[in-house]
Amino acid sequence: MSAGIDLENVCCDFGSFRAVDNANVSIKPGEFFSFLGPSGCGKTTILRMVSGFIEPTQGAIRIGGKDMRGTRPNQRPTALIFQNLALFPLMPIWENISFGLEVRGVDKATRRRKAEELLTLVDLPGAADKMVSQLSGGQKQRVAIARALAVEPQVMLLDEPLSALDLKLRQHMRAELRAIQKRTGVTFIYITHDQGEALAMSDRVGVMSQGRIQQIADPRDIYDNPVNGFVASFVGENNVFEGTLGPVAEGIATLSGPHGSFRARITPEAQGKPVKLYVRPEHTRLSATAAPENSVEVEVTEVAFEGAFISVHGHAAAGKRISAEVRNDGVTPVPAVGDKVFASFDAARALLLPDANVRG
Amino acid sequence: MQDLIRRYGTGLSALFCLLVAFWIVMLIILPNFAMFEQSFRPYLPVAEIGGPKDVYSLANYGKILDNGFETTIFGLPVTMPIHIKTFLDTVFYSSLVTFFTLVFAYPLAYYLAKIASPRSIPTLLLLLFIPMWVSEALRAFAWYVILTFNGPLNAALKALGIIEESIRWQNGVFTSYDAIVIVLTYCYVLFMLFPIYTAITSLDTNQIEAAEDLGSPWWRTHWRVVIPHAKPGIASGCVMVFMLSAGSLLVPTVVGSTKANWFPQTIYTWFNDALDWNTGAAYSMIFLLVCIFFVILMMRLFKVKLSDIAK
Amino acid sequence: MSRNRTLLGHFYFALFVLYLLVPLIVMAGAAFNDSKLPTVAPWKGFTWAWFGELWADQTLWGAFLNSILVALAVVALAVPIGTAAAIVLNSISGKFRATLYGFMVAPVLAPGLVIGISTVLFWNQMGHTLGAEDVALFGRGLHLSALGQVSYIAAYVMLLVLARLQSFDPGLEEAALDLGANHGQVLRRILLPHLYPAIAASAAIAFFQSIENFNVTLFTKANETTLTVYVFSQVRSGITPKINALAFLLIVLTLVLALVYEMNRRRRARIEAERLAEARRAEEAMLA
Repeated sequence: MSAGIDLENVCCDFGSFRAVDNANVSIKPGEFFSFLGPSGCGKTTILRMVSGFIEPTQGAIRIGGKDMRGTRPNQRPTALIFQNLALFPLMPIWENISFGLEVRGVDKATRRRKAEELLTLVDLPGAADKMVSQLSGGQKQRVAIARALAVEPQVMLLDEPLSALDLKLRQHMRAELRAIQKRTGVTFIYITHDQGEALAMSDRVGVMSQGRIQQIADPRDIYDNPVNGFVASFVGENNVFEGTLGPVAEGIATLSGPHGSFRARITPEAQGKPVKLYVRPEHTRLSATAAPENSVEVEVTEVAFEGAFISVHGHAAAGKRISAEVRNDGVTPVPAVGDKVFASFDAARALLLPDANVRG
Repeated sequence: MQDLIRRYGTGLSALFCLLVAFWIVMLIILPNFAMFEQSFRPYLPVAEIGGPKDVYSLANYGKILDNGFETTIFGLPVTMPIHIKTFLDTVFYSSLVTFFTLVFAYPLAYYLAKIASPRSIPTLLLLLFIPMWVSEALRAFAWYVILTFNGPLNAALKALGIIEESIRWQNGVFTSYDAIVIVLTYCYVLFMLFPIYTAITSLDTNQIEAAEDLGSPWWRTHWRVVIPHAKPGIASGCVMVFMLSAGSLLVPTVVGSTKANWFPQTIYTWFNDALDWNTGAAYSMIFLLVCIFFVILMMRLFKVKLSDIAK
Repeated sequence: MSRNRTLLGHFYFALFVLYLLVPLIVMAGAAFNDSKLPTVAPWKGFTWAWFGELWADQTLWGAFLNSILVALAVVALAVPIGTAAAIVLNSISGKFRATLYGFMVAPVLAPGLVIGISTVLFWNQMGHTLGAEDVALFGRGLHLSALGQVSYIAAYVMLLVLARLQSFDPGLEEAALDLGANHGQVLRRILLPHLYPAIAASAAIAFFQSIENFNVTLFTKANETTLTVYVFSQVRSGITPKINALAFLLIVLTLVLALVYEMNRRRRARIEAERLAEARRAEEAMLA
């Protein structure tokens, strides 16, 4: 049984500092939703408000349609996975997992059984009687998840759970978490600063900056159609051009700047605001000759082999840094350092975006 | 307060605060206030308490100035009230005890903190703790046994040929207070040891090695590097030992002689023999003031704050 | 550190321990000396007689029992009070905390006789004001000794528990609340188990501190006495080596307790080290 979460105009102030500014989001039951943003953007505050450890200064938080104002953390249908896991060091694993059942008065035999079922679910059979200090980082992760699942929450809240793990383990756990979520069908609210994680695991992502939600969309949309410069730069790399905006026709506009005139897409929401042009390195092609439009001359300064692709960095006029990605397919020509090439892109792949939506 | 309620709920928080209030108010503040107040009132039979004779005055405090007698201080003849002399003796010899315990304890604290191997520390500390768990009364009594006229100390010294006749240790060799000083040092040296040890352990050994590396002789390293760092511990130890020594009633009575009077004994006499609790209270206030003065003196001398001392 | 310095250090330590122990050995030895006065020289022959006299001394055993009862009362009061104080101090800050802390620690520094006198005067005065002088609570007696002792022993408890509290992760309390526990359950299942070593240690210290307390008890007692005061009065009036016999027994008891404690400590350290090693192996296996 999972529930949806609604945040309606939620604000949170600490004294004169506004940590969360008018957050509005509707998370669907059974969804894997991530809040993505840099440290201090307010994502942790939102999580603590949903779990009940902080009350919002304004606005309402509803879980399963019910307003949660005044409800204490131990009465909410949520379960929180802490960043440092907060496993109980003095209890064996099975007691850790069944703690939520213990405080509800469930008898010992049932608790033990439930704990062992959950250990199998998270792929840790036989760990029931061990102590926390005997487990590795990844194993402790899974125990934390099992402990939260034991109380059959309607919403699981995860606070950057993978940040303390090393790379290989992180990638492994990403898949695990996603699988567990699909298996149990519980709504997951996941917060992280790692865009790769958010994009790989989530049904939808909410990108945040300085207390405000900048965009809520599915991962593909966030990446391909960011609504502003902040989202575009936080998720993925960009080449950015400045200039003055020209007339708009059928969603395409011209930007004239020191590096030339470029044509790029523009959304209705972006019109009327100061904009910059954002195009991703993987949509930036390199060739020996200039393209008919959207082309800039670049002197190559760095060629870096990154495995599946090759990063090429160079300077355009006035030292502007331009990056392109060349596929490592053995066919596409790779320029050398010192070469003068032309970087060009399609108007359809470039976006004219305003800056971030921040606190006034 | 908000944090407390948030963390533990209103019920438990109220319980905690109640317990703390009981402790602070009923066991600390009010009793001391009662002592303070009663020290200014005369000793009266029960019926007359609250009556016309029950007035506030400094009379009880004035009694310390009674009964002048003649004595010498460092060879100079002087007339002073007997209780004042007792008081001064107590303070002087307690300071001496403090000094001796400092001299004995400091090298050992340094040894434990820096020289002994860390793995053996718990065992070594246990070895030191054992004598402390044996009651202080028995430790004082142990010295009584050693120092008696026909006791083992005299026997050993005679056997070694150091003395020919037994010495009445308890009447004092250098001063009347010898035995008291010896026993107080023995009883309280560990109270000097532990604060200093704790303070020295927090000193980064690299600093000592750096000093040696720069050519500092051992005494200078201690004077300029170790001791300044250990100051809170030293101050703490000095305060504890002084207060315990000056306030000791058991040791002076067990190993002292009639010529050695310790101030708490005087207080006890007022309290128990004369049954004059009010004057006993007045003398206790005087004593308490001295202790507070000593604490402040140590704090100034070593430039430490109260919170450092109370560890 | 030069080798000479290290050897000197070891030597000084050994000397120090000897200095602490020799008087106790001498005193214990006197328990076996067949002499009317407690001494080891002249040695008049080995005897167990004093132990027999010790056993027969009813007053002494009565005093011993009183000591135990007072100590138990002190533990029963000081441990909850000290623990509550530590929890409160841990959750507040600022000037108020500093003042509170100062008040709590002050009795530790105060001379025992001041505590004793102030306790008697206060409860006595309260009896007068309430017109209830005859009520036992307000007169002198061992109950006042217990109260007086609690005033400073609770501070020891507080300090130990506070130190342990500072190594506690408050996130554990939040995790428990989040899983649905009420405050009482959080206290019982999460916080107190963590504090247990400090509480146990402070209970032991409170017990022993109370048993050996002299100054407070001397000023607050009425007719019933405790062991330390009894020994003291015996020394003043006239003494036989049965006190030494008692001392011998107490020393042996202390040694046994110390040994048990040390063995237990070593065992627990070993277990913890093994657990950490196992975690490390699991970590490496996962990454392989």
